[in-house]
Formats: sequence, structure tokens, C-alpha cells
Amino acid sequence: MMKASDVQKILDARVLTGAEHLEREVKSACGSDMMSDVLAFSKDHSVLLTGLCNPQVVRTAEMLDIVCIVFVRGKKPDPAIIELAKERDLIVMETGHRMFSSCGLLYQAGLGSGAF
Amino acid sequence: MDNAIVLNYHVSPDDFTRAGEASSDVKGKLKQLGISPAAVRKVAIAMYEGEINMVIHARGGEITVTITPQRVEMVLADVGPGIPDIDLAMKEGWSTAPEEVRNLGFGAGMGLPNMKKYTDDMRIETTLGVGTTITMVVNV
Repeated sequence: MMKASDVQKILDARVLTGAEHLEREVKSACGSDMMSDVLAFSKDHSVLLTGLCNPQVVRTAEMLDIVCIVFVRGKKPDPAIIELAKERDLIVMETGHRMFSSCGLLYQAGLGSGAF
Repeated sequence: MDNAIVLNYHVSPDDFTRAGEASSDVKGKLKQLGISPAAVRKVAIAMYEGEINMVIHARGGEITVTITPQRVEMVLADVGPGIPDIDLAMKEGWSTAPEEVRNLGFGAGMGLPNMKKYTDDMRIETTLGVGTTITMVVNV
């Protein structure tokens, strides 16, 4: 178990919205560019790492009660995406790390993939 | 039905950025009604998958959600092309979505199987060239 603020530090990430929610606990994470797979396999995940940059990433996170979205490999979501996330009290971050490294860093720090 | 709340939504075609608005609204309303988070999540995921399908495959359509103290029923009706082979469409990984849809993060062939997985009952009525109506129920 860690906090969203730990995710930010570990990934050297920039917070784009939801800085006021960084004390929220995060239990597990999943990484995918396919939202279909996230919806199919996500079990109570709190962090979604993705390289996909469209409003459906926020919608997917919303449906699954995900706490924090991390856009990897320097992807910059447009203001409409950030606004949508803000309305839903989600945390959005971006990191320069690639998907594999981002997942590895969080896993190494003790964040699991959750129960299957 | 006594105490039933009925919600109607129009799903606009070809507006992928707005897909999910209806599901988002239903999720918010169910939360307000004090329905258990687990049931809310099941409804939200199943309806969202259905809504995305309507935009991708069927030029939008109409969704009616009926909420009673016992269950949430979602009826998703479209006038799209219909599903030629339901057994095939229900197979995980089977998809007819075009490449551009996959680039948007969907079309992995998990939509219909997911909808079945997250609901207590699902019925598909489909006629080629006429449309598809999917009825899903989540017990609360």
C-alpha cells in the first residue's frame, strides 16, 4: 500500500490535476493502452498507467473507481481530458518514463497488480 | 413497477469523445440512491462497454435504464447492422472493430464478454440490417 504522492515521487511525475488528492491510498496498478483490457481485467485497481491519450481513458478510470491516471512516455493529454478528470476528482500525472519502466519502478517499490 | 426510476439516453453516433456520458450519469445517480458500490461498478462497466459498442458499430442508439429497489435493468437499442454470429461475437478476443477503433483503445474483443461477466442476466436480440437490442440486468 502506498499513497498517490509516492507514485508521483517514484515516477518523477508531474501532477496535471488532483494535487489536493495526493494523500489518497493506492492499492494496486495496471498498465495498458487497451481500455477494453483494463475494463476486462481490472480488479479494484487504483492506478492506471497508459500511453493512450483520449477522453475514454478518463471514462474508463471513472467506471472502475480508479484513483490516479499516469500518462507514460511523456504523453501530454489535452486540456479537455484534464478538465474531465478534474470534474471527477481524479488525479492525473505524466511521466517521462516508458510503460515498462514505470510499471517496474512501482512494482519494485511494492505496488502489486492486485488479486486476479 | 412500483418505485421504479426510468432514465432515457440518446447515444450520438460518431462522437467517440462523448461516448460514456450516459454511463457516467447513471453511475452518479445510482451512487446518490445509495446502491452498493459493487453493484454500481458492475452497472457502470457493463453499460459503458455497451455504449462504446453503440458508437463504434451501430451509429448510436437509445438506452433505457430502469432502477427498482431489487435490480437495475439496461436496454440498449440500436438500428445498426446487427450481429451476424452471436456465438462468435461473445468469444473473448473476437472483434470486427476497424484499426482506428483499436488505436482509440477499444476493439480488443472484450466488450460483449465483459458485459456478460459483469451482469446477472444478458439477452441479445439482433436482426441483420435492422438492429440490435441488448437487455442487461444487475441485481442490487
